Amino acid sequence: MQFHSKSMLTIVTEALLENDLVELFEARKIRGWTIVAARGKGAHGEKRGSFDANENIQIELIASTATAEALAEEIQLEYGQHYALVQWLSEVRVLRADKF
Amino acid sequence: MQMDPVVLFFLLGLLAGLAKSDLKLPSALYDTLSVFLLLAIGIKGGLELAKQPFLQVLPQALLVLAMGFVIPLLVYPVLRLKFSQVDAASMSAHYGSVSVVTYAVGVAYLSRLGVSHESQTTLFLVLLEMPALIVGVILARQGANQAGKGSGHGWGKLLHEVLLGKSIVLLMGGLLIGLLAGPEGIKPLDRLYLDLFKPVLTLFLLEMGLVVAGKFGALRQQGWFILLAGIGLPLCLSWIGIGVGHLLGLSVGGVTLLALLAASASYIAAPAAMRMAVPQANPALSLGAALGITFPFNLLIGVPLYYQFAHWVA
Repeated sequence: MQFHSKSMLTIVTEALLENDLVELFEARKIRGWTIVAARGKGAHGEKRGSFDANENIQIELIASTATAEALAEEIQLEYGQHYALVQWLSEVRVLRADKF
Repeated sequence: MQMDPVVLFFLLGLLAGLAKSDLKLPSALYDTLSVFLLLAIGIKGGLELAKQPFLQVLPQALLVLAMGFVIPLLVYPVLRLKFSQVDAASMSAHYGSVSVVTYAVGVAYLSRLGVSHESQTTLFLVLLEMPALIVGVILARQGANQAGKGSGHGWGKLLHEVLLGKSIVLLMGGLLIGLLAGPEGIKPLDRLYLDLFKPVLTLFLLEMGLVVAGKFGALRQQGWFILLAGIGLPLCLSWIGIGVGHLLGLSVGGVTLLALLAASASYIAAPAAMRMAVPQANPALSLGAALGITFPFNLLIGVPLYYQFAHWVA
């Protein structure tokens, strides 16, 4: 079997943006993503996850490098100014290239 | 003087939090308890409301709704003395909206004293959640350039968030369930929704104590004005509630609860709505004041104090 290079976009942000981001993913034809609840500390203070408005999520999705980069830039422009938002891209290797 | 056990649980959580105990309630439990409390308050109100003629309650409801629109407009200029437009607007929304748990503690306090209150206060609670959030967003956006990216969500999404937020859906849903099912229908559920209300409230307040303790650290950086506002605002606003309650001809218990509603600040619905609508505002500021100062103040001092106020006026 052969592995194919893809990009994984990881997004850590405020839980209340989840619906917006999912809408954006749908619009950009992203094929799939994984969302988990996240806790931690950053520039916007400590997120203990004990409060609705104080919850973070971490999202991971795999796409072509071009798509992932464009998506990350779009998210940064839309939400980066006021919301807690950290994104990074990593190179990953997947088995089924056609899936992403 | 015997202290209310509900308040003692809050103090236990507060002390444990301040002493940096490793006590932490799982957030799933916190979510479950809040769903239960909101439903229980709604059902209780619905049962009582079923006994009232609707047309009699309607004008009262409209006046209370008006109070919800007016309070943030009064609070805003005061906060504007110190804070930016968006921060003052967001905080006005927090103070105009209400805290369900504060209300629940007030109800528990009155029932311990054996003082009755009008059933429509639960309806008032629901009605007071929303208007201030809308006023807060308008205040924050006045004169602002709407075209800018990242300046918050559009009105459609916002109204969806405000009107269909979890607390409104559960309170209103409970109210309707109580109203439609009636006392006989609810009887099999009595044990859970009515009898267990206070024990569950104690667990919830234990968690609230922990959360409030966590807010103190952040508040220290905000200076004295926030402390003054966090205590001064509920004291002044309680009199608006007392005035309106008096105007409506409510009993001492009813006036006390309306004063408490006017004095309380939202820390669940408002932060979520404001974060979506006015992301430029500093959430730590409003939440810190509402949760770190006003909530414990109302719980420990406000509830008995407003009861005294209501007595003087009566």
